[in-house]
Amino acid sequence: MSHDLPPVHHGTVVPLSSVEELLLPSFRAAVVDRVAAGARIAAFFGAPDGPQSLRLCAVLADDTAGELFVAAARVHGDYPALTPDCPQAHWFEREIAEQWGIRPQGHPWLKPIRFHRSYRGGLDAWSRPDGEEIAPGVVEYFKVHGEEIHEVAVGPVHAGIIEPGHFRFQCYGENVLHLEIELGYQHRGLERRFVGGPDRRTIHYAETLAGDTTVGHALAYCRVLETLAGVEAPARAQVLRGVALELERVANHTGDLGALANDVGFLPTASYCGRIRGDFLNLTAMLCGNRFGRALVRPGGTAMDLTNADIDTILNKLEAAERDVAGAVDLLWSTGSVMARFDHTGTVSADDARAVGLVGPSARACGIERDVRLDFPDEVYRYAQIPVATWPSGDVFARATVRWLEIQRSLSFIKEQLRSICEGAVAIEIGPPAGASMVVSLVEGWRGEICHVATTDERGRFAHYKLVDPSFHNWFGLALSLRGEQISDFPLCNKSFNLSYCGHDL
Amino acid sequence: MQGTSIIPYLLSLVLAPLALGVINRVKAVFAGRKGQPLLQAYFDIFKLLRKGAVYSRTTTWIFRAGPVVSLGAVLLSLTMIPWGGFPALLAFDGDILVFVYVLGVARFFTVIAALDTGSAFEGMGASREVLFSAIAEPALLLGLVTLARLTSGWSLSTVLPGVSTATWIMAGASLSLLCLAWMIVFLAENSRIPVDDPNTHLELTMIHEVMVLDHSGPDFACILYGSSLKLWTLGALLANVLVPVRTGSAFIDILATIGGVFALAAVTGVIESTRARLRLLRVPHLIAAAGALSVLSLVLLVR
Repeated sequence: MSHDLPPVHHGTVVPLSSVEELLLPSFRAAVVDRVAAGARIAAFFGAPDGPQSLRLCAVLADDTAGELFVAAARVHGDYPALTPDCPQAHWFEREIAEQWGIRPQGHPWLKPIRFHRSYRGGLDAWSRPDGEEIAPGVVEYFKVHGEEIHEVAVGPVHAGIIEPGHFRFQCYGENVLHLEIELGYQHRGLERRFVGGPDRRTIHYAETLAGDTTVGHALAYCRVLETLAGVEAPARAQVLRGVALELERVANHTGDLGALANDVGFLPTASYCGRIRGDFLNLTAMLCGNRFGRALVRPGGTAMDLTNADIDTILNKLEAAERDVAGAVDLLWSTGSVMARFDHTGTVSADDARAVGLVGPSARACGIERDVRLDFPDEVYRYAQIPVATWPSGDVFARATVRWLEIQRSLSFIKEQLRSICEGAVAIEIGPPAGASMVVSLVEGWRGEICHVATTDERGRFAHYKLVDPSFHNWFGLALSLRGEQISDFPLCNKSFNLSYCGHDL
Repeated sequence: MQGTSIIPYLLSLVLAPLALGVINRVKAVFAGRKGQPLLQAYFDIFKLLRKGAVYSRTTTWIFRAGPVVSLGAVLLSLTMIPWGGFPALLAFDGDILVFVYVLGVARFFTVIAALDTGSAFEGMGASREVLFSAIAEPALLLGLVTLARLTSGWSLSTVLPGVSTATWIMAGASLSLLCLAWMIVFLAENSRIPVDDPNTHLELTMIHEVMVLDHSGPDFACILYGSSLKLWTLGALLANVLVPVRTGSAFIDILATIGGVFALAAVTGVIESTRARLRLLRVPHLIAAAGALSVLSLVLLVR
């Protein structure tokens, strides 16, 4: 009883009236079949549809065909969960249960993910009384029983300066049998702040929802507004945006390689990469005055422009930084003791990666060719391709290698783009957003696919706004990578994914 | 025992934290950083001494006794090391064994103080520490037996000064193996890379550091000072064999040993800067190799 969904092209407005509302069984079959045929869930969420009913909406991405599919269905209460037949829905369904107070029946591990009250007063998927305080992380955990099993709890307060998250290990000696990750300590209610927008604050929410992905999320948000208004940023602005996005990728990947070296106690690369990351951040600051790329990407273009002299300076500094980073990273590959730590540590199989729907470098390190810049090209990436970097082994080494390949390829992209940048304006005025429409915006941030799905009401205000940071897909991949590993290798595996806590918690 | 033996002992007490500074400075140079002051360990110890301590309600007197007893044990072990041409403060036949087991007492109290907290981290650290030191102990002990056989004595005060240039010429191969074995023990016992990473903030990978996470203030000062003394003790032991300068002039002999210890610290810094830490599973292999080298050095001598 599978239902054929009509494809939707990335970067186009979908009138809400054209999204067919399926009956629940056909919705379920359509999603499960489409995912079984190779698509993956880019976003899956509920949106209120009248006082009593909820509209479930799934955005599926078929990477090889470069097409998106939108499926929708109306539910009034509990519904049969998709997770048993489609594992990558599991985190999304936990989110839906928490936000709207309905239970996906048959979900194997239905727990809250952000620890807030449901958006619909009185409804709660776990029947928690209204007045009761909800403390983050205070829930049942998966437990392994046995005389020699011990449990290790790490966080949410950590010894280093990192974000809060709780990790619960079930160990047999030094071996990890199971890791469960509980987040939600940084929930700020961002998705709800978008509703009723766009207004003057919305762009700032987008820029700060995950501070290390400022350009990525700001770009996804601006593409939503531009698509809704039916315009595109001027060509020069598109290049500047692309340069900023790749600089963000290069800076973060460089920092990650240094952090990986630090976690195995290899000092030279750790210290050099820490400094070189700063060099790349400073180049971003030359674009817009902020090292993390704030106030650069704006609806309709960019807020800043570069002079020819600036471009020359950036190119010169880029050459120097590229030489430095090549030297620092080369030390990693040529040091046997480092490779001994990276090889065969924290392996995720390609099948597992596909099943849980990993994105970004974490997926590409399992040999999966999945890159929004290639599969759903937008703006400047339609004219200039960056080859997709993959590595088949799925371990820490693979994740480090993919990062290094991406640094090199992004750097040549940046240089090429800056050398051939066209003249012209960098911003245009954009009109009001189309009403009663839906837009899916995909951007390949440095961690992977960023997905924004906006739905507007009749007046063109956001009726619902769904944010999916790549971390949302990938946290479970980290849990999988620890199966059968040494608990002492957890920090290394964690760093090789380097996921965002606030991007997940929103 | 001579009254003047107190001079090298006091020198050890004063200079020990400086060795940590040397290691850190070498690492900083390799990393292209300016690095912390050479005297940082002293600053840290004095800072901690002025602070108050926090005790968890789940801990008992064992937790409080741990750092003090450990420091005391290390101080005692140091009294048995002769250097700079002076006999040790404490010397008797068989102090070789006592030396090793006094260090064992220090470890024992660190471990039970860690277990007393009931924390999963500290339990893991304690289990790792006990496993690794159980393998490292034979390497240290067998090395001492080699020296005892070479110099026909059972006291550190006769054994260590007994090693001279002539001994090196006579049993160079055996002594080289011994020094290699002790270098590994030196790195393992002082929780340096490739066995442990003293700078990491990652609780799950730590060995020694994780056992002392719950200690604070003066207790932690004791631990910090204790570990710098342990570094000095084992360093002086190794330097006595590596740099057998016995001129009879106290000044030159003392300088030679101090130089030897600081050179060891510098080598440690170089090792830490040029290689990554071993995977935890592989650490026992490395320490067992030290044991094998010790056995070999003894075998070469008694063949």
